[in-house]
Amino acid sequence: MIQVIRKWLGRWAWTCASLAIAALVVVPLADILLHIGQDSEGTWQHLTETVLTNYVSNTLLLGGGVAIGTLVIGVPAAWVVTMCRFPGHTIFRWALLLPLAIPTYLLAYAATDLLQFAGPIQTALRGTFNWTRNDYWFPNVRSLPGAIVILTLGLYPYVYLAARSAFLEQSLCVLEVSRTLGVGAWTSFWRVAMPLARPSIAAGLSLALMETFAEFGAVDYCAVDTFATGIYRTWFALGSITAAAQLSACLLAFILFLLLLESVSRRSARFHHTTNRYRQLSPFRLVKWTATLAVIGCALPILLGFVLPTCLFLFKSWHYGDERATETFLELGRNSVILAGIAGVLAMWLALLAAYSRRLQPHRIVQIATRVASLGYAIPGGVIAIGLLGPLLSVELGFNELCEHLFGWTPGFLFTGTILGVLVGYQTRFLAVALNLIQAGLTRIRTSLDDAATTLGASPRRTLVRVHAPLLRGSMLCALLLVFVDALKELPVTLILRPFDFETLAVRVYQLASDERLNEASTGGLAMIVAGLIPVIVLSQLMARARPGKSGSEVIS
Amino acid sequence: MWQSGFRPLAAPAAAVLQRSSKKVINPMKPWKLSLILILTVWGTSAVPAQVVNVYSARHYDTDDQIYQKFEETTGIKVRLIEGGSDALLARLKREGKRSPADVFITVDSARLYKAEQQGVFQSTTSATLNKRIPAHLRHPRGLWFGLTKRARILLVSKERVKPGQITSYEDLAKPALKGRVLIRSSSNVYNQSLVGSIIQAHGEKAAEQWCQDLVKNMARKPQGGDRDQIKGVAAGEGDVAVANSYYFARMLGGTPEERSAAAKVRVVFPNQSGRGTHVNLCGAGVVATAPNQANAVKLIEFLASDFSQVRFAAGNNEYPVVSGVKSVPVLEKLGSFKEDVQNASVFGKNTLKAIRMMDRAGWR
Repeated sequence: MIQVIRKWLGRWAWTCASLAIAALVVVPLADILLHIGQDSEGTWQHLTETVLTNYVSNTLLLGGGVAIGTLVIGVPAAWVVTMCRFPGHTIFRWALLLPLAIPTYLLAYAATDLLQFAGPIQTALRGTFNWTRNDYWFPNVRSLPGAIVILTLGLYPYVYLAARSAFLEQSLCVLEVSRTLGVGAWTSFWRVAMPLARPSIAAGLSLALMETFAEFGAVDYCAVDTFATGIYRTWFALGSITAAAQLSACLLAFILFLLLLESVSRRSARFHHTTNRYRQLSPFRLVKWTATLAVIGCALPILLGFVLPTCLFLFKSWHYGDERATETFLELGRNSVILAGIAGVLAMWLALLAAYSRRLQPHRIVQIATRVASLGYAIPGGVIAIGLLGPLLSVELGFNELCEHLFGWTPGFLFTGTILGVLVGYQTRFLAVALNLIQAGLTRIRTSLDDAATTLGASPRRTLVRVHAPLLRGSMLCALLLVFVDALKELPVTLILRPFDFETLAVRVYQLASDERLNEASTGGLAMIVAGLIPVIVLSQLMARARPGKSGSEVIS
Repeated sequence: MWQSGFRPLAAPAAAVLQRSSKKVINPMKPWKLSLILILTVWGTSAVPAQVVNVYSARHYDTDDQIYQKFEETTGIKVRLIEGGSDALLARLKREGKRSPADVFITVDSARLYKAEQQGVFQSTTSATLNKRIPAHLRHPRGLWFGLTKRARILLVSKERVKPGQITSYEDLAKPALKGRVLIRSSSNVYNQSLVGSIIQAHGEKAAEQWCQDLVKNMARKPQGGDRDQIKGVAAGEGDVAVANSYYFARMLGGTPEERSAAAKVRVVFPNQSGRGTHVNLCGAGVVATAPNQANAVKLIEFLASDFSQVRFAAGNNEYPVVSGVKSVPVLEKLGSFKEDVQNASVFGKNTLKAIRMMDRAGWR
């Protein structure tokens, strides 16, 4: 009897854990979305009459463009560095991740600074050829295509990372069989490797797309009005939280639709690895023009997405950097790193908990809860922050009232008075990243291991700690690092939920940039890149270690 | 001012990190990480004895010197959260009666009006402030006080625009300037207030027409900040830019490229023969629920002192609200001008109408 109760309680504990984690996303969203039913006093009608079509078309085109762009760069790059040998392939393997260290808004700033009409390149052209405004054509960075290119360069690493880990873990036996059956390199890529890697790539792509939909800085910089910028404008300038909630709901519905579409279309075709044996692969050797093509294809995104902007920031901060440069690097850098570090660790554990409880309890509620928990990534940070403010403050205020009533003493603000509020905000926003990776890793562990552990008398908790966690070390570290990098770059949540006198690098860059002191902002930008580089390099090292052919070595998801 | 809350805890946290860093960070030891978490979180909440808590939408390094001086002279520690005006306002409202905020500082009259409407401020009577700040630059009941002024000026190309050719905001909408005007997005609060002041001067119908005509005259889709508009004129992308005075003043003392760009444009203070140039205000008020109300008033009085007013002008090139404050070379170079003296609340009321008008005109 006691056994049964304990088992029942245990099950409930796991369900509750996953529901609590989902609440991180549901609560702030609900706080905003509950306004939907109210009367927007004509604001919604005003939007439909004026700017809404523009928001819809821009968001769709931007999403489509970034999807194509990240796939075109990320997947082939991952394939060639994994399966082919050409000059520099070992460098490209890790270097392709570098753009991850640069926030997209800094990328946008660098691009516009260089390429706009008043920028150095166009000015030099006009000076050399004595042109005026109407004498020549030059691509406009501050446009929809400009935004697509910038976001593609900033976000393709998500797709690359996912695709590469998928290609790495594909049993090479499968590929070898396809080759012995007389299939060429191209066909084995399209017919064997791609279908097997598809779930992974879709996960990477969905991260890139969600980030695109939530993007404010870069898009605003490129003068493109999307749903994210529209939500802010409707909320703050037009002062209508109702219409802003309605816009957010549209955006969410669209993202849910995309996610469902992917899972439905995948359900019709399941792809499984039949073996876990990895054998040393005889790689394709690329020569002459194919090798040149591969080198150019891999080098270009790194050059444009990392090397060029970093050089620009180096140059600028050297010449007209922030007066508070040392402080920026040391104090704010430390604040940023500590905050992002804690956020990474928390996200890793929460995601592991959520993913594992889904594995234990595959019933509807838990399934939905984990899916909802990963939606936070697609919501603009400012919306999440303000959505969280209400619930967090109610808890804080309630706690204070209670303490005053009981002890005549108030402990103050637990969340917004400390960095705890910011940390909760980061979980809401970035849990999707960790969840995505850890869930993918967990599905690769066979359920027979769970069964064996249970048979040997291990509780689910013990199985998680002693069996799954060690097996998932790679995925977990990967999740930690990605959330770390994301949290480092995060701005709106930090800005709104932070305590007094607490600054991070991103906040400093924002302050200078919103005062249009972009030259000075370059120092903080550079510091962010440096801080972001460390986890990116660790990540690359982890991936490099998990090479095919090393049987039993752990595979990074 | 800038020290972070982490300082006293950096050492123990680092020690824990170091011990556990032998195997990178061991994800299997959650208690160590929890310890770090608790230590760091706790460290960000320490409260000194005498404080004034400020929510500020200003973010200029000059302000730090002013706060530092205030701390030195009064012994009251200034604790600061800087952020977007609307986000801070949202936070203030949600915090309700237990809000730690004492002073709310924001830029632009429309936002002061918005905060006032939402009941964020309390009425303050201070003989010092009433004496120093002219009546049209503060709220009649002392809900807020103007601290600095910024003029919304026109910068025209010396080469392509003759003196006297463009003299008013109304001129920007004339057909002669088709494809020649540079102005930033209508999401920007300065433009919203400018249109608000035009509604006030000419009525809604005429203002709507003005917006429509202005959009036809734009040299490019509105983009970038105020400085970008000025640089655009210098580079020849358009012939007239609308920008706040302090951005131009800063370019005069900026990098060599900025200085050479600034040299190519001429300052026009619009509407000098009529209602005067539109001025937007930066102001502060005591928060309705301020726990340190007396300190809040002291801080605002200090911000209106000669020391602060000179810093605002010298450090950030804003116009002081207190008359008789020692003037600053850069601002003198811009020249004096007649300002539109409508009380800020007037165009604050028009903001919503203004934004809808700009949306209809296709001014992004």
